[in-house]
Amino acid sequence: MNSLPKSLADNRRLDRWLRFAGGQVHVSVGKVEIGQGISTALAQIAAEELDVSLSRLAWRAGDTALAPDEGSTSSSLSIEVGGASLRLVCAEARALFLAEAARLLNVAAADLSVEDGVILRDGTPTGHDYWTLAPRVDLARDAAGTVAPKPRSAHRIVGTSTPRRDLPQKLAGGGFVHDMVLPGMLHARVLRQPRPGATLRQLDEAAIARSGARLVRSGDFAAILAPDMTVLGTAVEAARPRWDNADTPDPSMAEAAWLATQPADSRTRGDEGPAPAGRTHSASYSRPYISHASLGPSCAIAHEHDGILEVWSHVQGVYPFRANAAGTLQRDPETIIVHHAHGPGCYGHNGADDAALDAAIIATLVPGTAVRVQWSRADEFSQAPAGTAMQTTLRAVLDAAGYPVDLTASITSGPHVNRGPGRLLASRTLPNAQALPPPVESSDPYPGAGTRNIMPYYTVPAVRYVHNLVAGTPIRTSALRGLGAVVNVFALESFLDELADLTGHDPVAYRLHMLADPRARHLVTRAAAMANWPSRGPAGSGTGLGMGFARYKNQSGYACVVAQVEVDTEIWLRHIWCTADAGLAINPDGVRAQLEGGIIQAASMALKEQLRIDETGTATRSWADYPILRFSEIPPIDIELADTPDEPPLGMGECTMGPTAAAIANAAAHALGLRLRDMPLTRERIVEAARK
Amino acid sequence: MTSLTVNGTPRTSTAPPTANLLDVLRYEFGLTGTRFGCGEEQCGACLVLVDGVATQSCGREIGTLRDRAVTTVEGLQDHPVIAALLAEQAGQCGYCLSGMVVAAVALLSRNASPTRGEIVQALDAQLCRCGAHPRILRAVQRAAAGDVP
Repeated sequence: MNSLPKSLADNRRLDRWLRFAGGQVHVSVGKVEIGQGISTALAQIAAEELDVSLSRLAWRAGDTALAPDEGSTSSSLSIEVGGASLRLVCAEARALFLAEAARLLNVAAADLSVEDGVILRDGTPTGHDYWTLAPRVDLARDAAGTVAPKPRSAHRIVGTSTPRRDLPQKLAGGGFVHDMVLPGMLHARVLRQPRPGATLRQLDEAAIARSGARLVRSGDFAAILAPDMTVLGTAVEAARPRWDNADTPDPSMAEAAWLATQPADSRTRGDEGPAPAGRTHSASYSRPYISHASLGPSCAIAHEHDGILEVWSHVQGVYPFRANAAGTLQRDPETIIVHHAHGPGCYGHNGADDAALDAAIIATLVPGTAVRVQWSRADEFSQAPAGTAMQTTLRAVLDAAGYPVDLTASITSGPHVNRGPGRLLASRTLPNAQALPPPVESSDPYPGAGTRNIMPYYTVPAVRYVHNLVAGTPIRTSALRGLGAVVNVFALESFLDELADLTGHDPVAYRLHMLADPRARHLVTRAAAMANWPSRGPAGSGTGLGMGFARYKNQSGYACVVAQVEVDTEIWLRHIWCTADAGLAINPDGVRAQLEGGIIQAASMALKEQLRIDETGTATRSWADYPILRFSEIPPIDIELADTPDEPPLGMGECTMGPTAAAIANAAAHALGLRLRDMPLTRERIVEAARK
Repeated sequence: MTSLTVNGTPRTSTAPPTANLLDVLRYEFGLTGTRFGCGEEQCGACLVLVDGVATQSCGREIGTLRDRAVTTVEGLQDHPVIAALLAEQAGQCGYCLSGMVVAAVALLSRNASPTRGEIVQALDAQLCRCGAHPRILRAVQRAAAGDVP
């Protein structure tokens, strides 16, 4: 048997995914809605393969009691792996129902078809449907994974821009975990440990009690519970916690350059050196620490009852969270049920898990009472995991024609993957807290984390890299949209423009010379045409056009971005064009939305974003400290999708991040005649570059 | 005790007068469409109409609202902006959308035919992190043009 997609290999039982009852198909999946529209795209896949209308589907995603374990909703794999699994499950279930109907009717299954769950023979209802047959079809069996899904020519729902199934409720005032209310629920807030290792010396317990609130403690974990938000706010103000043993970071730690001064675990990969002789060029590129900066602070609800700890959370993975919480709380995972509930936009490992653990711990301290934790904006900026600062240095040896024949990269980065037992915020404050080993992160090129996309998608004969993983970052870091690919693509694509400039090549022609994959070539060619690349004038005019291209993880979604900017004392985006190749786009409008969102978030990061550090830790505590791109700063964005529906579907949530940052940097360099290599590309960076 | 009108219905809040309107709406009246984003009047997620004027509810004490009329997204469900946002699929996570609806309604009530620039200006204080901006803009333009399903 061919290898099954991971989600199906890990969850073979068909009844783990599908149940037919009451005229509905109850679909359970592990990949969750985090604002990316996955619940709609996966529903299209299920409806397509089962031949039912979308309205027949009752959806459950992310539930340790009721849904399969598909790990985390991350890495742009929900369509590629989750969708591929669901597709096989539904195709196989449909075949089992048809086989049973054929047996009852004494006809060949090939003579039967399904229309909205009704079994037809020669287009006429047979009196059987999924629901009448359900008692006879045993789905308590392992999927074989061998039933061929529909050919593309038969698709009616896949490939259409089906409207998001979750948006109406969210526009009607509900839909988020923040909106849930359980009977008798108390509101809670953790008194946050200011720095790792800080110990709680004292707090004003009398003042908390006078406020009408209640304090719970376990070691250095302290939380206040109140019947409403007003009392809670008053009590939190009154608590006045005093902490000892907090370290005092230095503001310089906020810069990527600081990482290079730190001890690192250095791993070398790639072709053996030494590099050949020849003309060389080298340059370093960086990004500082950035915030997820989701619009809604993290929130969770937990309720300890009847020996079960029940948690509602917007985590990316309910099973990984359950394992983590079970370890921290030292209890059997089977006594914890985690339900995914929708949250504000999730771009990676944000504060959701931390808030869920906060609620879980508090719930165990007040058994029988439901507890709701909602972080403050300040906590969201200063306590949630950040996207790590990172520096990528590139050195190329060029051949006589000016193309790189040898590339050496050096990546210095904090962790991009920082999940697992003991790593959530509250864990380190509990009496049983353990010293943690450094986070484990692969230095492999594919899919990589800090090393993601360091291998150029272009033909370069020899490539090697060293990955300097710095565990001791001043703030906790973990996965944020694109991981290391953002900085690595920013670096590689900026570097290519520098090489093209040095050797007298046009940047587009230079890329095409080294790009073998026809899908990539098509995107670069089309994006250049959309942006009227031949009209690109000389450098230094104040107006610039720049390109960035990458295939995410070198094996997933392709994106080519061209940015047009004007630069005076700042960089102003004037137009963005994007070509992308998603293979079979399950929901073309959903793909476009993901591309638009990635472009805007990456542009915001490239131009504006940096977390600040002072002696108390993360100094960024409000939107005033962390501007993001606003309506007035967002240019027209034109997107064209490649027409490749016979290729497998590819995840598109992250593929635009690096290309967009690079396109803006390249456009700015073209406009200025000066290269900015360190994000964010602010007024200060322009002044600094001009001074050099 | 503060008596006011919420979405056309007389309501009385028993919260202390210093309680903020956002918390009263969400947790006392159960109107969860008004979102908590920052509590510092910096993101617009909690925008409501107070006597027709767009107001960040996180920064408004309930005691100042005696006999005033508050409109939340729940009270705007029949407004063409909602249908236009759905028609444009103008949301990713959707968390910012209540504030967007209120900001757009406030604009359209004082200027029925805004230019693109006027829409941008009216929405510029409203943050969106997912990058739904182009769609939201298109949706408000559609609503203004009466081009809704």
